[in-house]
Parts: sequence; structure tokens; C-alpha cells
Amino acid sequence: MSEYLILRHRAIPGLERLPVYLEHQGFAAFRKAVTELQPAQVIQMVKDSGLRGRGGAGFPTGLKWSFLPNDLWPHYVVANADESEPGTFKDREIMESNPFQFLEGLMIASYAVQANVAYIYIRGEYWHIAKWLDQKIAELEQAGLLGEHLFGTDYSLRLYTHLGAGAYICGEETALLESLEGKLGQPRLRPPFPATAGLYNRPTVVNNVETLANVPLIVLNGPAWYHNYGTDKSPGTKVFSLSGCVNQPGNYELPFGVTFRQLIFEHGGGVPEGRTLKAVMTAGASSVLIPMDESVLDTPMDYESLNKFGGSLGSASVIVLDDSVNMAWLTQKTVNFFKHESCGKCTPCREGTYWMNRLAERIMRGQASLREVDLLYQVARQMQGKCLCALGEFSTLAVVSSIDRFRADFEAVVTKEPIYG
Amino acid sequence: MNTLLTKYADEIRAILAKYPPEHKRSAVMPLLYLAQREAGYVTAQAMAEIAEILEISITDVASIVGFYTLYYDQPHGRYHIQVCTDLPCALRGAEDFLKALCQALGIEVGQVTPDGLFTIEEVKCIGACHRAPVFQVQGDGEIVFHENQTLETALAVIEALRQKAQQEKEGTA
Repeated sequence: MSEYLILRHRAIPGLERLPVYLEHQGFAAFRKAVTELQPAQVIQMVKDSGLRGRGGAGFPTGLKWSFLPNDLWPHYVVANADESEPGTFKDREIMESNPFQFLEGLMIASYAVQANVAYIYIRGEYWHIAKWLDQKIAELEQAGLLGEHLFGTDYSLRLYTHLGAGAYICGEETALLESLEGKLGQPRLRPPFPATAGLYNRPTVVNNVETLANVPLIVLNGPAWYHNYGTDKSPGTKVFSLSGCVNQPGNYELPFGVTFRQLIFEHGGGVPEGRTLKAVMTAGASSVLIPMDESVLDTPMDYESLNKFGGSLGSASVIVLDDSVNMAWLTQKTVNFFKHESCGKCTPCREGTYWMNRLAERIMRGQASLREVDLLYQVARQMQGKCLCALGEFSTLAVVSSIDRFRADFEAVVTKEPIYG
Repeated sequence: MNTLLTKYADEIRAILAKYPPEHKRSAVMPLLYLAQREAGYVTAQAMAEIAEILEISITDVASIVGFYTLYYDQPHGRYHIQVCTDLPCALRGAEDFLKALCQALGIEVGQVTPDGLFTIEEVKCIGACHRAPVFQVQGDGEIVFHENQTLETALAVIEALRQKAQQEKEGTA
């Protein structure tokens, strides 16, 4: 793509440095918001832009902001930088290479809901990025763009980073808030939602890094401009993280509606060594397997079009699978991940992921018969709709879809009679 | 006496300042990182001192250490070599890479090299799927990524750390 909205550093060298960012209209949107716009006007602009959350759920961002009640204070904004979905590495590039655009988005969001403190919750493995952002925040304080009485107004804002410590579940927003409060990262029962009872039981907005990085451009150029990109229902661009069996893995910023064919073949260079494309996961490990053939390849990738495969775009972590991959092996890989990351709070997920992992391991060791494949399927089906948060549900998606759609792969690794011991 | 608080008064004050005074429990994770940087793992004494600083129970602190994978309550190798073998990495040869690395170091996953410097760990996704095989080194209070690795480049990273440790030892001897 010739035009970048989010990965602008690829077109503008040095954008990670404050003087360069300022030269390219940096913080003009934040200044405009704080000095010229009422908070409600900023929220309306983001609503009109149609911006949807990039962390996975695709919830309308402006609507989320508008839910915060104005009779309960203080308000908080928390940036979800806990990027941990296998196959996802987009927020990392944004924070490493275009940090100020993300920070400016966070600052505008904070102004829009009148939060005076915002936190950036970063996964522990991104230790270097937290340190990097701390430097950037210090530069902004020195430049008078963060702190007290900004631009001579009454508005004050402080940003703080908070480092996680290796728990996938903390990407779930209520688990993230628990973790930020110094507790175990376990999801809360909802409602109440964070918009009314979030951090420290106060109204809180939690937004993904990429979502926030969209905001400065919307405020600067207006909501109508934003609709020049993407589709009607999914405006804007998306950073697709492309990984797995593909020649050129990496992040690709493309408008919503780009097809599988364009992403995997035109941008990703196709599958390696002349092998054949077999399936794709679109939301990292939290995906159904979408079998690929010529007709499916032309499906547009947006929040709506993937529904017909029982799938979702999620955070657009596209894992490409070719004909060298056995889906029983893949199933064991994914359930092992979820078994490791299940927080243990609710029984269906804690026990379900444990038993799915046991069964999948037996299958891959060649000890299981087809009956255990069916048992694995049943365990997954029984978990669905019964878990406290989405993690439990996600853990079943690859299991059910691979057994439904690639049963031959399981038949190839099972034995006739089960082997015990 | 609270030795953490005495030794790192300024740093602890700066950490606590990030959070509302009535919610200082939020500081438990950064304080655990601080304690781990000090001793290489979180000692029982450090847990008690953090509990005292934050006015929460030692059990609360210990539960956090147990829940999150980047905290250790036992001594291991000084450097944790954390190899990701999750799905996207596995599709790019991470499992063979891990096996070869274990063989070259003569230890298995979870074991420590005889010099006490390195522990090999198999970890879940670390957000570098497009540059697999990949590992991170956790140690000395830092986490450093090493991407697009081969056995040769990985062994070079490990050798450099070994030499650094050796020089420190000689420097203080």
C-alpha cells in the first residue's frame, strides 16, 4: 500500500523521534482537541468515523467512550498493550516505530473522557518497549505536551506504563484491570462493564494500541476522510500480522476488505517451496480453521465477511497453513497453549483445556483411537457457551473446526485400539 | 528492617507515585521485578518486605509470583533462555531449533547449565512470530529479544553472556 495511516514510520524515516513527529503534524490533533473541542465533540468525531476496536472484538470505539457516566469520577483510560495472541506482533511495531502516534491517540482518548491519568499495560516480554515508552513520555513532559494545565487550559494529564509478567489472559480487559490493581489476572463477571466499574471501580476505557493510533488522524482530518479507507461497516485500515507457512511473514497495513488472495499471495509472496495452501487462521490461535480453495481466497477480510465460515477477524493475526501441516498436530499445539494460559477461575475452562490437552497429546503420541477424537470433540462442544470469558470459548475453536473439516488428518495419526499406560 | 525499602528508597517512591495512594497494591508487580533484579529470583524475605510496603498479606504477594510466568521463587540459571515454540514459531522450525540448542548445551528444557548461568525454557508466544526461530533472554533485570536465529547465532549470544559473566567474576576477584 502506498499510503500508511498507522505504520507511517515506513514512509517517514525517524518518525519515532519527537522533532520528526512534530514536523509531520504531530500533536496537532491533541492540541486541537484540548484547545478547540469539547470532550463530547471529540467522542462524536470518533463515533462518526466508524472506528472499531482493533484488539479483536471490533466494538465501535466512540460508542465505548460515550458509555462513561459523568456523575462518577475520576475516569481512567488504559491502553491494552498486552499483545499476546499467537501470531500477533502489530502493536509491537507501532510502539517501537511510531510510538508518538499511539501516545497521542491515548492522550486524545483521555481528554475525550476527561481522564487525568492513563495507564499503558504492556506485556512483560515487551520490557524494552516499556522502557522506550517511558523515555518518550518523559520527552513529552519536557515539551509541555503532558503534565499540568496543558496549553494554558485546566486540563492535566499523566501517562504511566505498567508491565505485565507473562499471562495471556491479561489481554482480556477485566483481567487486565485486575492485574493493574495488583491482583491475579483473572476476568471479572460482567456486567458491570469497565465503562461504569473499571479500574479501582471507576469508569474506565480500555482500548487496544492500534485502535488508539487511529485517533489522531481522525481528529485532524475529520470522520468523513476516514471513510475513504476500508469498507462501509469497517472503515479504515488494519495492520495484518502474517505468519506461518508464507514466504514473506510480517505486518501489512491494508484497507479492510482486502482478500485472502491479495494478503497471502500479492503481499506475503505465497506459500513456500511450491506447497499448497491448506487453511488459514485469521485470529491467531483463537480461530476456526478456514479451509482454503480458489473460491474462499477472494473473500474480503473485514469484521462481517468471515462470519459465514464461523470465523472472526479478531486482531487479524493471519496464520497461514500449507499441506505439510497436520491439523491434529495443530490442534494439540493450540490446546496446549490455552491449557497453559487458562487462568483457573472458571471450571469449564480450567478442566476443559486440561482434558483437551491430555486427549490431544494422546492422539499425537499415536495412543488414541478415533473414539478419543470424538471425545475431544465432545469436551470442546461442552465447554462452548459456558466459560466466564472468551479464552475458554477460543480454546475450542481450532479443535471443533479441525475435527469437522480435517478429520482425515486425525485418522492418519490414531490407532485402531487405544494404548494405555 | 526492610532492606528493599532501605536500599531502593527513591526507586520505590517513584513506583508508588504512579498509583493512587489508596491503591498502592497496584505496585506489587513492579516491586516484584525490582526484587527479582536484586536477587535473580524473588526471595521469601523480599515477598515479606513487599507485603509490608504495600500493606497486604505475604500470601497475596506469593499468589502473584505463582500466577505470572516471568516471576521465579526459586534460584535458576542467571539467564533464562526462553525459546518460543508456539504454533507460528513451530511452523518455522522452532521445535527443531530448541532441540538442537538443548543438545549443544547438554541440558534439557528446565535444566541449568553446570556453570549455573543458563536455564533453557520453552515458552508461549512472545510476539515475534515473523522472525522465528526466536528466543528471549531474561536476566539481570532485563529481557532481550533475539530474532531470526540459527543454532550458530544463538550459541554466539550465549557465549557472549558467558564471557560477560566471566569478566565480572575476574573483575571482582
